Amino acid sequence: MSVTYLEAIRSAQERALETDPRVFIYGQDVGVFGGAFKATKNLAAAFPGRVMDAPISEDAIVGMAIGAAIEGARPIVEMQFADFSTVGFNQIVNQAATLYFRTGVSCPMVVRLPSGGTVGGGPFHSQSLEAIYAHYPGLIVMTPATVEDAYSMLLEAVTLDDPVIFCEHKLLYYHLKADKLPDSAMPSGKARVARMGRDVTLVTYSAMLHEALQAADELIEEGWQIEVIDLRTVKPLDTDTILASVARTGRLLAVGEAWPWGGVTAEVVARVTSEGFGLLDAAPMRLNAKDTPIPYHPDLWATFRPTAETIAARLRQLLTQ
Amino acid sequence: MAAAIKDEAQESEKLAQSVPLPVRAYRVMLRARIIEEKLASLYRAGMIKGGVFLGKGQEALSTASTIFLRKGDIYGPCIRDQAGRLAFGDTMLDTLRTYFGSAQGPMRGRDGNIHRGRPKEGSYAMISHLGSMMAVVGGGLYARRLRGETGAVGVTSIGEGGTSTGAFHEGVNFLAVEKLPVVIVVANNQYAYSTPNSRQFACADLLDRAKGYGIAGHRTDGTDIMACLETLEHAVSAAREGGGPQMVLASLLRLVGHGEHDDASYVDANLRKANVGRDCMEVGAQEITEAGLATVADIEAWTAEAQAEVEAALSIAQREKGPDPNNEDWRAISTERLVDGCYDDEEEDA
Repeated sequence: MSVTYLEAIRSAQERALETDPRVFIYGQDVGVFGGAFKATKNLAAAFPGRVMDAPISEDAIVGMAIGAAIEGARPIVEMQFADFSTVGFNQIVNQAATLYFRTGVSCPMVVRLPSGGTVGGGPFHSQSLEAIYAHYPGLIVMTPATVEDAYSMLLEAVTLDDPVIFCEHKLLYYHLKADKLPDSAMPSGKARVARMGRDVTLVTYSAMLHEALQAADELIEEGWQIEVIDLRTVKPLDTDTILASVARTGRLLAVGEAWPWGGVTAEVVARVTSEGFGLLDAAPMRLNAKDTPIPYHPDLWATFRPTAETIAARLRQLLTQ
Repeated sequence: MAAAIKDEAQESEKLAQSVPLPVRAYRVMLRARIIEEKLASLYRAGMIKGGVFLGKGQEALSTASTIFLRKGDIYGPCIRDQAGRLAFGDTMLDTLRTYFGSAQGPMRGRDGNIHRGRPKEGSYAMISHLGSMMAVVGGGLYARRLRGETGAVGVTSIGEGGTSTGAFHEGVNFLAVEKLPVVIVVANNQYAYSTPNSRQFACADLLDRAKGYGIAGHRTDGTDIMACLETLEHAVSAAREGGGPQMVLASLLRLVGHGEHDDASYVDANLRKANVGRDCMEVGAQEITEAGLATVADIEAWTAEAQAEVEAALSIAQREKGPDPNNEDWRAISTERLVDGCYDDEEEDA
């Protein structure tokens, strides 16, 4: 018996609906149909009136959730693809993210963003937008890379009094499996050392964790031990865990699937260089997608984003510096 | 002293319940006009930082929008709703505290002017992005319905310019699909900042949009308090009784600039002379005196009373300190353990 990343997300929502009457789910096709990816399969029938289809109106979907949160509800809204959340961007960054600071009233809501590239996804069904949401004060941004985190972090997100942008990676939905759902979990906001190593600190998150682990496997054959850190949440960013690792390894590579300008990897490098410059034996490096829209053709897409091969190549470069 | 003013306000509210509706409404309009005149002079004297945005000419419509609301209802006001806010329970003190950025005000100096509210009391604090409050007010009502609470109504207002936004369309369509008990008050004040209606929309009649959304539409004369009261009483009742969203379209003219920095020189002189250009305060005074509900002396006394109320609130708000930057918690989220602490460390290091 195994459970997929997607089933973990569905189960977390089911559990939240079961245990907290304030929780409801709202989004396009999330009702009887069960969602474009089936993340809400059978939930509408199990929880009548609490899993509701929305019109194609990302702005209104998020706005509605904000009003419901003000009145004490705990909405989970699904953007069908992270890419479409830009239509609801204003409500997220200007309304939800400012409410607590402006009025002292918190805004407990979860915005689920099916994120990241898949084969043939193309420019508008593949985006990774964690950095742009992390840029705005007032939001918590989660990027689970494992089945266990997908489950426990989503459950925790629903209990938080603040708006959470939950970036779940579509590439992991069906293929990433665990034996069972976790009974306990690390709290959000803490990074996890996914693999110990002495030679390089490789900081990453979401689906890139798996490419990074594969690259680390390749390098071990060449005698290098790579320490891999899974950020889990990109905001807050657990700088302490990163610095502690760099203190051991003296080298840093930050890897992300998102675009290179600014963003999570840039933030990691900025923090390590400004707070831990003396820990570094070599200039820190980063690896991101190319600075173009996300291409459709599988061959273009495979080259567009970092992979185990390109990560391994970048690691070799860093190790010979 | 703040408590004393609040008690006084509650006392006068109780008294007001026993007076005829048009008089009650007119007195709210008057209080709004008078505090806004004070805000304008404070602005000219350089005593308010940032902009001042007034509702002169829209007091009748704004008052009527909320005078039929009860405790437990939801109000999402727009820029020119000083009167509607006062009728919904906002105080002159909250108004002035927010303009002065007082740490005692509901926004504690973190936001100013018309961006104020007390969300937990049903008064939502608008953001500047027009149209975005439609869905938020609807979400509040949706949560109430989910909890099995019935009878609450929401009112949210906007100008004709705001109806051009995508957020307005998405929001109203959502309200309509969910058949939520909400009144959408559209003040067609002829200009969105400087943009005339001819550059704002191409439809012959904005009220046709109600038909497009499948909701009820009502038209009223925004310069006439009696007409506004009649229309809004009907619309609020219809929403409360399960009739779904009600759109009210009122014609009037903004009798000030977009903000006090704007001399509104672009306004067509013919509009000022037309019916929409009438000042609702003058029309209202005439109506209540002709109906025998008040005398000119009554109105003078109410004016003096409202002026005294403004001065009393001002004497408090003006003396209060602004927020202390060194004592702010500078947190944008409520979950303390999830604050990204990195930037604080940088400051300490420096």
